[in-house]
Order: sequence, then C-alpha cells, then structure tokens
Amino acid sequence: MSAVLETPLIAAKAPRESGPWRRAWLRLRRRHAALAGLAVVLLFIVLALFAPWIAPHDPIAASWAAIRKAPSAQYWLGTDEIGRDVLSRVIWGTRASLLAGVVSVSISLLIGVPLGMAAGFLGGAVDAVISRITDAFLACPFLILAIALAAFLGPSLTNAMIAIGVSAAPIFVRLARGQVLSVKVEDYVEAARAVGNSPLRIALRHILPNITAPLIVQATLAIAAAVIAEASLSFLGLGQQPPAPSWGSMLNTAKNYIDNSPWMAISPGIAIFLLVLSFNLLGDGLRDALDPRQR
Amino acid sequence: MFDYLVRRLASLAPTLVLVSMLIFGLQQLLPGDPAKILAGEDQDPQVVEYLRKKLHLDEPLPVRYAYWMGGVLKGDLGESSRNQEPVLHLIAQKLPVTVQLAVMAMTIALLIGIPAGIVSAVGRGGFWDYLANVFALWGLSTPNFWLGILLIMLFSVQLGWLPASGYVSPFEDLGANLKSMIMPAFVLGNAIAAVLMRHTRSAMLQVLSADYVRTARAKGLNERTVVVKHALRNALTPIITLGALELGTLLSGAVLTEQVFTIPGFGKLIVDSVFNRDYLVVQGVVLVTATAYMTLNLLADLAYFLVNPRLRH
Repeated sequence: MSAVLETPLIAAKAPRESGPWRRAWLRLRRRHAALAGLAVVLLFIVLALFAPWIAPHDPIAASWAAIRKAPSAQYWLGTDEIGRDVLSRVIWGTRASLLAGVVSVSISLLIGVPLGMAAGFLGGAVDAVISRITDAFLACPFLILAIALAAFLGPSLTNAMIAIGVSAAPIFVRLARGQVLSVKVEDYVEAARAVGNSPLRIALRHILPNITAPLIVQATLAIAAAVIAEASLSFLGLGQQPPAPSWGSMLNTAKNYIDNSPWMAISPGIAIFLLVLSFNLLGDGLRDALDPRQR
Repeated sequence: MFDYLVRRLASLAPTLVLVSMLIFGLQQLLPGDPAKILAGEDQDPQVVEYLRKKLHLDEPLPVRYAYWMGGVLKGDLGESSRNQEPVLHLIAQKLPVTVQLAVMAMTIALLIGIPAGIVSAVGRGGFWDYLANVFALWGLSTPNFWLGILLIMLFSVQLGWLPASGYVSPFEDLGANLKSMIMPAFVLGNAIAAVLMRHTRSAMLQVLSADYVRTARAKGLNERTVVVKHALRNALTPIITLGALELGTLLSGAVLTEQVFTIPGFGKLIVDSVFNRDYLVVQGVVLVTATAYMTLNLLADLAYFLVNPRLRH
C-alpha cells in the first residue's frame, strides 16, 4: 500500500521534461546582453502603446514662442524649428518605427515563407522559377529597391512598410527554402509520408514547426534592419509624412539646424540606435539560444 | 577557370532579364496614366503625347517590355523629364563621384574591419575581443545618416577642420577633394567595417584551430607569421565571399550619405529624381545599380576562385 502511495510522490518530484522552447528560454536567460536587448525593446513597446499618457506635450502642436529652445526643465530634450517638444515627438515616433519594423517583417514572412517552402518542398520547375525571381530581387540592393518601390507607390508610412517588406522578402524565401531542403530528408518527414499524410499536412505540421527557430532569429534581425530602413526612407521624405512624428524625418529637419540647435539631432538618433541595437542583441541571443549550430 | 567563368556568366543572363522585368514592372505601380505622370509636374500635352508614343503605351505589356528592353540594349534608358537629358548621360556624369566614395569607403572598411577581426580572434575572450565586438555592434546599429550628422557637428561645426558639405573634383584640387570625401567615406565604411570584423573574426577562429596552424606553431614559427601567413591567407576566402555581399550595403548607403553631405553622386541623383517625379531616371539608376552589383559579385566570385587553390585545380 505504501509503495502505491509513494509512486505519485516520486513522479511529482521528478523534473518536468523540458521542451525545446523552454530549453531555448533557459539558454536565452543566461545571455545578459540579449536580456538587456529584450528589456529595451519592451520599454519601447510600452512607450509606443502609452505615448498619449507618457508624452509631456502634444507632438504636433507648434509654439512660436518656443522655437528651437535648448533642453530645459520645461522641454527636457528641447524644441524643434516650429517650437514642438522634441521629447514628445521622440516618444510618439516610437510608434512609426516599431510599426514599420513589425509590419514590414510580417509582410516579408507572409511572402517569403510560403514561397520558400514551396520551392524547397516541391523542387523542380517551381523551385527554379521561385529561385530565379528571388535572385532577381536580391540583385537589387535592399534600400535602393525599397526607395524605388516607395517612389512609384507614393510617399507614405504604409507604402514605405510595403516597400521594405517586399524588398526584404527574398531573404526569407532563401532561408525557408534552405531550411526545408535540410529538414525534408529527415526520418520523421519520411515517416509522416509513409503513414499517408498529404504533402500540405507534411509541410505545415511536420516541416514548418522545425524551421521556425531560424526564421524567428532572422525575423528579429530583420526588424532591426527594417527600423533603420524606415528611418532612412523617412529621412529621405519617402516614409512618415509631416507633421506626424518619425525619427527619420526629425533627423532630416535637424540636419538643417546642426550649427545652432544640435539637440534636435541627438535624441532621435539615439532612439534609432538604441532600438536597433536592442533588436540586434536580442537577435544574436536568440540565434545562440534557438539555433546553436549557427554560432 | 574558363569553364567556371562561362558557367557563371550564363547564370547571370537569366537573372539580368528578370531584373529588367522587375524594374520595368515598377512603372505598372504608378496610379493612373503613366504618360501623364512620367511627363512630370507640367504635364505638357506635347510631352505626354511624345511619351505615349515613345513608351508604346497603347501596346500590350509584353510588347512594351520588348521595346523598352530593345532600347536598354542599345544604351537608351530614356530621357529625363526634368531636363530632357538622356538618362544614361546623367548616370555617366554622376557615377565617378559615387565610385570614388565607394572605393574610399571600402578601403576604410578593410583597414578597420580586417585588423579588428584578427585582433579579436587572436585575443578571444579578452579586452580587445570585447572592444572589437562593441565596435561591431555600434557599426551595425548606427544609421549612417545620423553618424554623418554627428561627424559634421564635431569636425565641421565645432572644430572647423572639414567642410560640412559640397564636392570638389579631384582633377581641380585633390586636397580639397579628399577633405570633402573623408567624412562621407568614413560614415559609409563604418557599417561595412563592422560586418567585415565579424566575418574576419569567425573565419580566423575557425582557421586558428586547424591542424596546419598547430603544425606551424609546433615548427617554432613566431606568432605573427602563424597568424598572417598561415591563418589569415586561409581565412581570406570566406571573408571575400561574405564581404562581397556588403557591396549592396555600400551602394544603398551611398544614397543616404550623399544626401547628408550634399555630394552630387549616383545616390543623390536617385533621390532628386524621386522628388522630381523623374521616373525614367529612377528606373535607369536601379537598373544600372543592379547590374553593377551583380558584376561586382561576379568579380568577387572570381577573386574567391583565384585565392583558393583547391577550387582552381
């Protein structure tokens, strides 16, 4: 009787079998730089979500009495060329940058992963056609293609996100294709085929979950690139349109006042740098945690 | 070698055709009548009619593409709607400026990135490794237009050492030319140096643990000879291949750098054309950039082939 009672107690004390995601999280937790990156990204998300409550001033309200005021107790980061509070514009600008990063990469994933999987899984003519089109896109430098697309679509944040997303999609096509090619020869895929699963089910249920880790790593690093790309397009006047705040367009205006109002250029640049750095640190940490072979 | 070159060139041709289709396809994104939009702000009816005929806009899409491609193959990329100059002529005018900027930037990137990667790998886990990795993260995360603004603040506004903007031809005054180009070249080279540092570090780490390096050390060679003659020579091949991919970053970065420093190069031409709605120039610039990028990658492949004796034989 006592033996029967003891069995569940022993089972309860045994360590819970950890899955691959839990193991990855444990590995990530040991990487302080990646955790710092994650913390800063979360901080920026909070800033973007609660901008109306956090920003001390209206980001688009001009004040002719406060034109290009240096940082002070009233305006912590100073004001711009028409008297708008720089701090409030930096806080509100987080929305455009994060939105551009996440939406652009989502577009890239939505285009790139299905095409890459189709190329890798189906092979033959489908692979040849998709791969050649991908090569053609990759032959155009990323930002130049994004500038051309944004120019033809018209300047706006939405079009900039589409342009960045489409321009970055070929990287995901290539990555997904390569991953599928290495996974589809594994025994478990063969076993799934042997028991009569349809090709679509094999692709979605057996291959996709096994190529997710490198895709997540690449997506995190791609968000960093997309944030810089959005800032670049806005700097050139092809992204977020004035008076809506965006870090890139703030820097574009600031460059005309470098000699007498340098504060206008400092904070938007630091914001871009911190956000991009955080995504890069997080991406590097995720690569080590999720995909140790690439280390 | 010759066979490899022929195979590589043969694989380039279909990609170039697809690139041309992609760039031609950009025109289809324009809302409304392309002739009116391509005619620019004035929309002079004569220009609109001229463009409609020249671009064969009343013909089906494949026919229009064939006409356009025929022109491209003869070196006719169309005319700028702004100043009626041939697009190819405009590109030829601006290209040397960007080439100089790119060459200077790549030189700076190589001079910083490769030694930093070597020092980092040799002193793995130490102070220099840490410093080099911080530099790489800084380079990868700093938007080059912001770095440009910061450098102008320091070297032009505060110290007054270098001009904030403008361009002087090297044939007019070489000293003034170098003074005007050094900041933009550093800005452009900074990000590429960071990538090269990472590639060099990882290639060197792999090579430094190889048997032949251990043998070289066992022979009693000094560390400098082991690192430079034995390890670096073998690590160079992946560095060349991966570094070649950065040529695209160089061309993309030139657009922003030229804008910050008001350098009248290729990048500024594309931005000015975008704002003047000079779409044929935009198409021409993208086509030439893509072709240049592919050619540079081909040259990098050949360099890879040449420095790797195992591939040659």
